[in-house]
Amino acid sequence: MSYNKTASITAETINPRVKTFNYEPCGEIAKHAERLEEELKKNPGSRPFQEIIYCNLGNPQALGQLPITFFREVLSLCDNPTLLERDEASMLFSPCAIKRARKIIEAMPGRDSGPYTPSQGIKSLRESVADGIAGRDGYPSRPEDIFLTDGASSAINLTLQMLIRSDEDGILCPLPEYPLYSASIILHGGTMIPYNLSEDGDWGLEIFEVKRCLEEARISGLTVRAMVVINPGNPTGQVLSITNQEEIVEFCRKEGLVILADEVYQDNIYVENKKFNSFKKVARSLGYNANDISIVSYHSVSMGYSGECGRRGGYMEICGFGEDVIGAICKVASVTLCPNIGGQILTSLVMDRPKIGDDCFERFLAEKDNIQSSLVKRAKTLEEAFNSLEGVTCNKIEGAIYLFPRIHLPAAAIKAAKTEGISPDIFYACRLLDDAGIAVVPGSGFHQISGRNMVAGTWHIRCTILPGEDKINEMIPRLKAFHEAFMNEFRDRS
Amino acid sequence: MAATVAVENLNPKVLKCEYAVRGEIVIHAQRLQQQLQTQPGSLPFDEILYCNIGNPQSLGQQPVTFFREVLALCDHPYLLQRDEIKSLFSADSISRAKQILASIPGKATGAYSHSQGIKGLRDTIAAGITSRDGFPANADDIFLTDGASPGVHLMMQLLIRNEKDGILVPIPQYPLYSASIALHGGALVPYYLNESTGWGLEISDVKKQLEDARSKGIDVRALVVINPGNPTGQVLAEENQYDIVKFCKNEGLVLLADEVYQENIYVDNKKFHSFKKIVRSLGYGEEDLPLVSYQSVSKGYYGECGKRGGYMEITGFSAPVREQIYKIASVNLCSNISGQILASLIMNPPKAGDESYASYKAEKDGIIASLTRRAKSLEDAFNKLDGITCNEAEGAMYLFPQLSLPQKAIEAAKAANKAPDAFYALRLLESTGIVVVPGSGFGQVPGTWHFRCTILPQEEKIPAIISRFKVFHEAFMAEYHD
Repeated sequence: MSYNKTASITAETINPRVKTFNYEPCGEIAKHAERLEEELKKNPGSRPFQEIIYCNLGNPQALGQLPITFFREVLSLCDNPTLLERDEASMLFSPCAIKRARKIIEAMPGRDSGPYTPSQGIKSLRESVADGIAGRDGYPSRPEDIFLTDGASSAINLTLQMLIRSDEDGILCPLPEYPLYSASIILHGGTMIPYNLSEDGDWGLEIFEVKRCLEEARISGLTVRAMVVINPGNPTGQVLSITNQEEIVEFCRKEGLVILADEVYQDNIYVENKKFNSFKKVARSLGYNANDISIVSYHSVSMGYSGECGRRGGYMEICGFGEDVIGAICKVASVTLCPNIGGQILTSLVMDRPKIGDDCFERFLAEKDNIQSSLVKRAKTLEEAFNSLEGVTCNKIEGAIYLFPRIHLPAAAIKAAKTEGISPDIFYACRLLDDAGIAVVPGSGFHQISGRNMVAGTWHIRCTILPGEDKINEMIPRLKAFHEAFMNEFRDRS
Repeated sequence: MAATVAVENLNPKVLKCEYAVRGEIVIHAQRLQQQLQTQPGSLPFDEILYCNIGNPQSLGQQPVTFFREVLALCDHPYLLQRDEIKSLFSADSISRAKQILASIPGKATGAYSHSQGIKGLRDTIAAGITSRDGFPANADDIFLTDGASPGVHLMMQLLIRNEKDGILVPIPQYPLYSASIALHGGALVPYYLNESTGWGLEISDVKKQLEDARSKGIDVRALVVINPGNPTGQVLAEENQYDIVKFCKNEGLVLLADEVYQENIYVDNKKFHSFKKIVRSLGYGEEDLPLVSYQSVSKGYYGECGKRGGYMEITGFSAPVREQIYKIASVNLCSNISGQILASLIMNPPKAGDESYASYKAEKDGIIASLTRRAKSLEDAFNKLDGITCNEAEGAMYLFPQLSLPQKAIEAAKAANKAPDAFYALRLLESTGIVVVPGSGFGQVPGTWHFRCTILPQEEKIPAIISRFKVFHEAFMAEYHD
């Protein structure tokens, strides 16, 4: 359907900040992939592949990952609590799911999962989350510090809205970044202050580099309010060492920065020599409490082994803001009333999972281990596959669910891209989609190239590790064949 | 060196925005509720009665069985393989769940969906809109959102460039609008509804406000209409709606139509007409008027507030603008799947012939009839009190009575540093446990005082509420009479 322009609202007269940001995971390549898929449905055989393999979005269940049975049993019972009164329920649901659903429902006013809840989320569920955090970290957590939210994205958006007063407020962000950060900072009128992660250093963070970016920003008149750290990293997949984390904590404490700790991949770690440590735990281990340093930690039910992206469940734990600041956050949260109840329940289940002794524990553990071991396997397989390609180097994936291989493109390919007026990584990603039916996100979508790196011109793609093992076996030969043909086409023939 | 983040250095727009529905009075009520738990008998009442928020199921309204059955099956699709469900779920809830799952790619109910929402569900909603209005709706025009509220935020974010961009908002208004405009740094341009004509809208008044704003250098971009009204409860007359549409077209305004109470109508002489239907009835097409219509699963007879389901139907915007709207929606990926499913269910409920139809209809009719009765009882009760006048609630879920406060009360309020209606509402709370929202939270003609009270408490509680209220009010008026 085509629409004509109307007088008053045109692309020129909408909020310019809306025009400025981009969000590539759902951007051009993704849309093109959808169009190709439609085309394939209408004309099967019109392309050299039968289906698109979507590696652009961290969306596990869309690629065949199964939900955790216990979680879905509890959700179902909470949505239809009359089942709890029926004998037949015991034939359809595990006893521990029935028990947990009862506990959750009984803590809800009116025993009903329909009403608006308090804007921070239901208290008993926040208590479960706080207990889970305390169990994970070994340091206490308070339910009043927890805000349940519609996915971590809402929480991140809310935090940035609170902190950004004008374009003179800067937020330190890693590059490459997950582009929610740049989008949100732009939409709220702030300034992103990038600090480059070091590809040669396994995407590690050099604190002196961050310090340099901070000082440059301050010299230019910016007030730097916070530092975003994504650990494990997206798109880069590194897990920070404790030393690195301690450096960050000391740095932020000294410079008066809030740590915005995106920790949504805490349950996705694939290497033996790294563990997840929350920034709160690191800070407390250094002897710092909420008076010494402010930390906001974000978590979500979308990733890990639960993969419940579409439920929009998550939380932020805020330590070190005064009560009046928390009150202001509550006020803004109250304008959209409350986060969705299904997401709230799921968040509490992820943080308060079945334990040894629960009747469903074995099944839960089996499902969880199955998913996590498969992710480890797929991570390794794809990492090796990328590294086997001519001119491609791929850092080791320690965590999260993405690979971020670097493609050393031949000069002729870069020239061809320029002729088409697009960035070389977009050119490569388009061809990968058109010729091999594999959808990835071009590295420029993660803004890896800051002003400083423009000269160097490194090109990447972000590819998830999420297609099922069978699909990955299908995908790798397609990828190899495509890449070989591409390199041959643009090979330097001088 | 912590405490670098303090209220003084937060985004000032955040500090400026207010949302009285969960504001000061409500926070105080929650403290009193705690007190009742820890020290029973310490207050002159046994329980807090929350009449502040349109939250039907928190006050005993039951969910619609069919909707919850479908949701439960979609939550745990494995159930559909088990024979035992036949004794627990109706045949049509089973078939609807199957149908919904089939429309989800890979039947993956946990995956992020398309950022506008699952296509099959949008098709269903579009069909529901078409059948409601008699004019076609398109699935591509629908954006499923976590309740209607995020859709309002999205449009404000899109439309407001700076503090010189204005949005016409009815006064009294649902304070999401003022809060959202404040958060996005725009200017609220008020147009007053007329209490003496049943909260009617005079286009000439709106035009005057528009011109006034323009003369002050405000670029007025949109007009918000809430129909049925919140807090005011009026259902617009069709002629009024025609006037509004023509006005928006002539003045180049986007029409933001908050229609979340479309299924809450309590009078026989009024019907709900969507603004889209009005626009199309006038022969206006896509080139003539940008229109956004909001609907939600929180209200009606379904009351599924906590599920956060809703949609906006956007028509009359150019393709480049629509792309930008899509882009904003995509940053948050998608709205929650349960809410999406519910939105499709309310727009395509059981029909005559379906197994669940009889019980669905009985539940629906029962709820609407009860709301109608409660609206009337409370309205009559308020009108019987000296110093209170209350317009009829033709729709929505609220009464917005006007208080004629004696001068002494107004002075006492000043001395307590409170708006007179907030002073009254606080005293009401402390004497009776009844929680209402002061009219100043919604805006009102200066010098007039109101409060918003929902019609949602259970029917059995209404007589007690009325008598407690009466006792309080008469004592209050006696205390402060001139």
